[in-house]
Amino acid sequence: MRAAQSGDRAAYERLLREISPLIRALVRRHCSNRADIEEMVQDTLLTLHRVRHTYDPGRPFCPWLAAIAWRRSIDALRRRIRVSRHEIAEQGVYETFSDGAANNDLEGVHSAEEVEHLLQLLPPRQREALQALKLKQMTLAEASLASGQSVAALKVNTHRALKRLRALLEGRRR
Amino acid sequence: MQADKAMQTDKMIQSLAAQLQPVRPLHSPLLRALLWLAVVGSIAGLLIAHAVGLGIFLQRVAVARVAVETAATALTAITAVIAAFELSVPGRSPRWAVLPVLPFLTWLGASGLGCLANGLSLHGDAGFSGESPHCFAFITGVSVPLGLGLFWMLRRARPIAPLPVAALGTLGVAATAAFLLQFFHPFDVTVIDLALHLAAIALVVLVGTAWRRPLLAAA
Repeated sequence: MRAAQSGDRAAYERLLREISPLIRALVRRHCSNRADIEEMVQDTLLTLHRVRHTYDPGRPFCPWLAAIAWRRSIDALRRRIRVSRHEIAEQGVYETFSDGAANNDLEGVHSAEEVEHLLQLLPPRQREALQALKLKQMTLAEASLASGQSVAALKVNTHRALKRLRALLEGRRR
Repeated sequence: MQADKAMQTDKMIQSLAAQLQPVRPLHSPLLRALLWLAVVGSIAGLLIAHAVGLGIFLQRVAVARVAVETAATALTAITAVIAAFELSVPGRSPRWAVLPVLPFLTWLGASGLGCLANGLSLHGDAGFSGESPHCFAFITGVSVPLGLGLFWMLRRARPIAPLPVAALGTLGVAATAAFLLQFFHPFDVTVIDLALHLAAIALVVLVGTAWRRPLLAAA
């Protein structure tokens, strides 16, 4: 880690690969779903990257790493509980139906210019999250790196952006 | 699906390594806390020496209970600021959060005794005469620049758990403001004073913790 702090890329890559199984084992204590575990591992690696300057070379590395993994696992668990309590997965917005009238929400937006116009009405961080995840099809990790937003913030902002777009579309329909 | 996720992790590691830039490790949290306290202490000392002098203060701390209250207020500020800096860095013991509890309780206890000494009067020796709102404004007003300076230093660590950092940091800031108030507050607190001091501290802590993520640039 000391070599990584001074900019040694090879040492950093080796370190991240070596600690990934350890992070996986740490987050497995909080979660059993394999896909979620991998997401937590990625979130932990991203956080480690952002706060690598806080590692004190004079202190042991593992407690520092474990604290980050533990915090990101707790955040993910809280997020999942919050989502399951207050939100319902809405698949309809992504689908089209044989009945033309059922597609009004999506078909009402005819051109890319109109979509762009609606996106401009969103707050910057929500727009950034939606563009990265839904339009550019980035993974959460890639979007987080590109935008500087945490994985949790990206999820929340995408959810809010979709909700707001839906409201804007309903407003246009009226 | 699982293989895709694992590949993403692998790709992400490559990407993180490719964009790695050298960083300078932060100085120790204790050192940074002491630096903030020293800067604030120096500025406040100069302002007090020029504006009000130490006469009133020295006269008041000659009373044992007031001396204990003043020392406990200062200790609350010092310990809360140190705890905030310690907890801003991953891997530090969560027990740092209890460091300011004893001085804070002592401060509350000594202030409460001051109220009892005033016979729970709403007016005190010097009379109410609008001093309490002045104290409220002093604590909240002084906390703003102190808090901005503290958060500016704390945000360098990009705390991964910003809530305790913000709560302890703002407690430290409010306690510092309350300590400085001792130099301008030449009489024992009344019940109203104490209630307004606590309300001002609670307001500072609430506002600081509510805005913790943007203020602390949480990771």
